[in-house]
Amino acid sequence: MNELIRAALVIARRDYVASVWSRTFLLFLIGPLFPIMFGFVFGSVGAKLDSQATHPTVAVIAGDAERDVLTRAHRRLGARLGSGVLPDMWIVAPQGPVAAQTRALLGDETTKVVAVLADPLGRPRLIGPENVLGDIKGDLALIIDQARQDTLLSHAGGTPSPVELALDPVRQSAGNASTARLLTARAGQLVLVMLTMILAGMLLSNLIEEKSNKVIEVLAAAVPVDAIFLGKLIAMLGMSLTGIAVWGTTAAVAILTLAPGAAGLPPPAVGWPTFLALGVAYFTASYLLLGAAFLGIGAQANSVREVQTLSMPVTMGQLVVFAFASSAVSDPNGATAIGATIFPWSSPFAMLARAAQLTEIWPHLLAILWQAIWIALIIRFASRRFRVSVLKSGGSRRRRGFFGRRRVKSSTRTPTSRVERPV
Amino acid sequence: MQESLVIPAKAGIQLPPPELDPRFRGHDIVGNAVTDYAIQAHGLVKDFGDTRAVDGIDLAVPAGSIYGVLGPNGAGKTTTLRMLLGIIDPDEGHRTLLGHPAPLKAAKLVGYLPEERGLYPSMTARDAIAFMGALRGLPLKEGKRRATGLLETHGLGEVIARPIRTLSKGMAQTVQLLGTLVHGPRLIVLDEPFSGLDALNQGRLEALIRTKAAEGVTVLFSTHVIAHAERLCERIAIIAAGRVRFEGGVEEARSRLRPRVRLATRAADGPWRAALPPDAAHDGSTWTFELPDSGVEPLLKGLIDGGAGIETLSIERPGLHDAFVAIAGATVAADMEAPAPQDVAA
Repeated sequence: MNELIRAALVIARRDYVASVWSRTFLLFLIGPLFPIMFGFVFGSVGAKLDSQATHPTVAVIAGDAERDVLTRAHRRLGARLGSGVLPDMWIVAPQGPVAAQTRALLGDETTKVVAVLADPLGRPRLIGPENVLGDIKGDLALIIDQARQDTLLSHAGGTPSPVELALDPVRQSAGNASTARLLTARAGQLVLVMLTMILAGMLLSNLIEEKSNKVIEVLAAAVPVDAIFLGKLIAMLGMSLTGIAVWGTTAAVAILTLAPGAAGLPPPAVGWPTFLALGVAYFTASYLLLGAAFLGIGAQANSVREVQTLSMPVTMGQLVVFAFASSAVSDPNGATAIGATIFPWSSPFAMLARAAQLTEIWPHLLAILWQAIWIALIIRFASRRFRVSVLKSGGSRRRRGFFGRRRVKSSTRTPTSRVERPV
Repeated sequence: MQESLVIPAKAGIQLPPPELDPRFRGHDIVGNAVTDYAIQAHGLVKDFGDTRAVDGIDLAVPAGSIYGVLGPNGAGKTTTLRMLLGIIDPDEGHRTLLGHPAPLKAAKLVGYLPEERGLYPSMTARDAIAFMGALRGLPLKEGKRRATGLLETHGLGEVIARPIRTLSKGMAQTVQLLGTLVHGPRLIVLDEPFSGLDALNQGRLEALIRTKAAEGVTVLFSTHVIAHAERLCERIAIIAAGRVRFEGGVEEARSRLRPRVRLATRAADGPWRAALPPDAAHDGSTWTFELPDSGVEPLLKGLIDGGAGIETLSIERPGLHDAFVAIAGATVAADMEAPAPQDVAA
């Protein structure tokens, strides 16, 4: 075993140094920052534009008296419910027959009202497409009710004053903590799956490079194939953790510099230090489980195109696994969550979500042990595929035991003589 | 363009003095220590799908010898070497490498140059050699120190820190060869080491092989060029169609053929014809035939007494090529002597 580890580390060191000290690694490091940065910028702009484009405006046909009452009611409710909740109102004075004015307002391309409210404080009537009416009828009814109440109070000589709520914050409540941790759990899962998918894919191209260099035979003649396989996994894991360290540090510096007061994610149930430690452990497990599968698959391919074709089902499978683990987040003790914990590829995701929601540590120790067993099994299986495929050592007519090397049967034929007579 | 392989004719790699570890003495297939065999193989079989690449090969490579595996392309030489080294497992049969039934257990004492040369393009020449040594247990720091010495000794001092991708093909080939030697192996296995080299560098490589053998290192190499084996090897195995057709000393192979007599006479016919063996062939007045069992003196007497009028008479000792033709057949020999694609390219 020591020799296996020694050889694996020699290969890992070579691969790690070759990867990290290359110009492409810099691109690898800054690559993920671009989509995040552009996503943030364009997302903000897009959200603003969306908000402007989708916020509905209702034309209200009303006289001057009604205009003031409605405007006050809209403003008052808007202050309580938050801006953007209520539809905007564009109050227009009556002009001619209501039906004709309504048709004109609904067809006006410049104002683009979604509906028209006629006679708001008398016999209010809302005219517009059916799907729009369903969305806004409640909001408009609320505004009209408020306007009527204000009018009645005004006639009675009363002036309603807004209620001032005294706020007395506590650290957390059960319902609040549960909801907040759900957010942390989902965020943790998302980060984990993204990192795993980005980084495990690199193994495939690495293997193709190895095949095209024809170095594989030099390696295989010197060390066990298991060591080659393990060394490559270790190197890629080291490279991944380097990337994560750089990205994490960059993110932390950016947050502290640009938005020092920004509220982060709610704290996970096990606390941040333990959660982060478990995050590293589960990333490692997830990466090794997927990386071993990718490496085994990559060994079957002879070209980048074949690798891409072969990796597609695995990537799809990974998304299904993520969906499986994600569906269990809301109930970490439910049957789905237990299933996701037992299934090896979804187990790291499910357990990280659990760490965000529940405080017990022992299930994590158990899960890490369980995942380690599967990692060993999958590495063993994948390295065998690697051996058969990469070295083209051909198929045997006999099957080998799952754990053992191929048994070599002694020849049953009569040994050939040292000097065979010429034919 | 042929690149130069810079190996001085008297090149001697400065490595620890050879001292065969008794643990790696040969064993027979039931584990009894016997003579000093670096490699023993018995009944090796390998199938690739429905094709039998190697079909029951037996080999015994004495420690400290230069041993050649001869055969045409596709004969099963590379597959045999891969099985001997443990790169692939045989489907049937046994082999021991420096006494180990599991060849990778002896990997630290073995150097291997595969037929398909391969190095990492981004590594420097020194790092590539040190890495190959590290794979076989040599500490990296020591490997770099030795690599520097080896490169300087072999005239490649100026490329020590240059990436492999910037080296010429010949230089890269030399770097890989030095990588197989850096850890001081007791057994060197070279698969078609001469292919791709020009005549000058082939000669230098031959010198290096002799030097290593003189240091007590066992050298096993495969080739499809009979001349290399004839010049270098003490023992050979001739492989064709996955089977060993001959295994033994070069002299033993030659001695399986009788010397050939080439005779030119002035007389076209006469009593002297009775002195010739019945299967003697002639082309005009020139006759060729195997030297009869009775030897040269009775033959000469018969020719002179019979009035042959001898113009010339030569007795030619058969070469390895003749032996190869006799052993493996003329067709196989012709296939083998045809230049391999890489030789043509070179």
